[in-house]
Amino acid sequence: MRRLITDTLIIAERNLVRLPRAPDLLLAFTVQPIMFVLLFRYVFGGAIHTGYGNYADFLIPGIIVQNIAFGGFVTALGLNEDLHKGLIDRFRSLPMSRAALLGGRTLADVVTNVLSMIVLIVTGLIIGFSFHTTILDGIAGGLLLALFGYAFSWVFAFLGLIVSSPEAANSVGFIAVFPLTFVSSAFVPTQSFPAVLRAFAKVNPFTIVVNATRYLWEHGHGIAASNVLFALLWTAGILVMFAPLAVSRYRRAAAR
Amino acid sequence: MASLGGVTGPSIEGRPRAEAGSEVAISARGITKSFGEVHALSGVDIDVTRGTVLGLLGPNGAGKTTFVRVLTTLLKPDGGSARVAGLDVVADAAALRASIGLAGQYAAVDENLTGLENLTMVGRLYGRPRAAAKARGRELLERFDLLEAANRPVKTYSGGMRRRLDLAAALVVSPPVLFLDEPTTGLDPRSRLGLWEVIEGLVAEGTTLLLTTQYLEEADRLADRIAVIDHGRVIAEGTATELKARVGGLRLEVTLEAGADRPAALAALAGVGSDEPVLEDGLLKVSVAERAGTIVAAVTSLSAAGVGVDDIILRSPTLDDVFLSLTGHGAEDGTDPESRP
Repeated sequence: MRRLITDTLIIAERNLVRLPRAPDLLLAFTVQPIMFVLLFRYVFGGAIHTGYGNYADFLIPGIIVQNIAFGGFVTALGLNEDLHKGLIDRFRSLPMSRAALLGGRTLADVVTNVLSMIVLIVTGLIIGFSFHTTILDGIAGGLLLALFGYAFSWVFAFLGLIVSSPEAANSVGFIAVFPLTFVSSAFVPTQSFPAVLRAFAKVNPFTIVVNATRYLWEHGHGIAASNVLFALLWTAGILVMFAPLAVSRYRRAAAR
Repeated sequence: MASLGGVTGPSIEGRPRAEAGSEVAISARGITKSFGEVHALSGVDIDVTRGTVLGLLGPNGAGKTTFVRVLTTLLKPDGGSARVAGLDVVADAAALRASIGLAGQYAAVDENLTGLENLTMVGRLYGRPRAAAKARGRELLERFDLLEAANRPVKTYSGGMRRRLDLAAALVVSPPVLFLDEPTTGLDPRSRLGLWEVIEGLVAEGTTLLLTTQYLEEADRLADRIAVIDHGRVIAEGTATELKARVGGLRLEVTLEAGADRPAALAALAGVGSDEPVLEDGLLKVSVAERAGTIVAAVTSLSAAGVGVDDIILRSPTLDDVFLSLTGHGAEDGTDPESRP
């Protein structure tokens, strides 16, 4: 167990030290989400009627979840590259914990996700977003998003290990993430959707997590807030399913 | 963590330990491995004595890499058994990883980290404290002539520098058994020579090495014993000298002048060689029984027959000759079912 923790931290460090050196990657984590905020707030926002007092309040939780989802691509791509360049062979030949490579990668994702979240919240505050509850509920919402992001990283880790190339990771990832992000309550209320899409959006974990965070930031009530428990269940479910899948895939991973 | 149930032998903290007195560092018996229809390994037997170098020689797709992957615990064999440093590659896999170093065909280093960061990371993953891992990393960088590039990201390194770093990464704990899978494939001649010198240095320190290569020259230079592998089987094993002896003794090769009288040349050499001379594109080849006096006899005989000669050499058979006579095809042919897309 101690080995798992130290090895995980070593790998997380490996994935984080590269960030300041790859300005393009840093751009993806910061500038790109800001562009999306501005796009939705000022281009589409005026035409979207949410029943909310302020579209910025509606938008920010949604755009954070979208950002977590698209940020996950970096994980899938990175792992697939490790696989093809023989790095995973090297790690598997070392006397390190079998779960550490993926554990470290997903832990590093939490850091980048939280970084993006802060950038997005600050941008939001400038364009009219605000917390309407206590600091505690504000933090609870952020925590929920970070947890959900962590669980989702394991989905991308699994994806990165099963696809045949980084290009495939990109397109399969896109196919998975696109409907989850856009057929949800992330940017618009779902009432106007056709029945089938509305049914999908209703059970879509993205909708549930976004709604839970909105509620926490609008009305509060911690764990008792609408959808929060359900969102935590989804998060736990994704983690319990995909973490073992990904680790088992890693154990058998072959570069060729 | 993988369980180590069923392990016998002396142990420390519940882990089996390498048998210190054992003379055989690597031994494999009847290793088989198939990928669907492709039989990558069809029963490989090999023994490598402690402190020696075994060259595993074969064309692309012969099963060399698959065999190394089995011995380094990356792949479970379908059948057979193997022990490395006294530990079973399946039952004791977790413990074995602490006793081996692997450098692959594709330089497995993180391009976004610096050379020093790469080595420090690997050292820490072997369980060394950060400061010790970093000190060892510096030591290896200095030894492999990479100290100047220590703090540059690996993506700025040349191919030869990456290979040296990859090799250094396999050495961070000075493992008693080292596996190098085609360490010089794709390198320019100068980098290859540099890497050979490094490898020779390691061997001089007593490391047991299993080296795969498709370069006959490389096996000839580095290996104590050579196993020739083709279609997942060892088809010949011995020292380079033993293998060469299998295809006969010395060869005399005469390059004729343009326009030389070829039938006269063949007749002139018939008395010199121990078999019938053959002529290929102006190159006359004949096996000879002994070195002493052969060249003088050949030149005298050819000059008496009035045949003009550009060049004449007496050479031992190369491993190329060995390969050709053993497999019926050259070392560079063959398809590669395991190759990457």
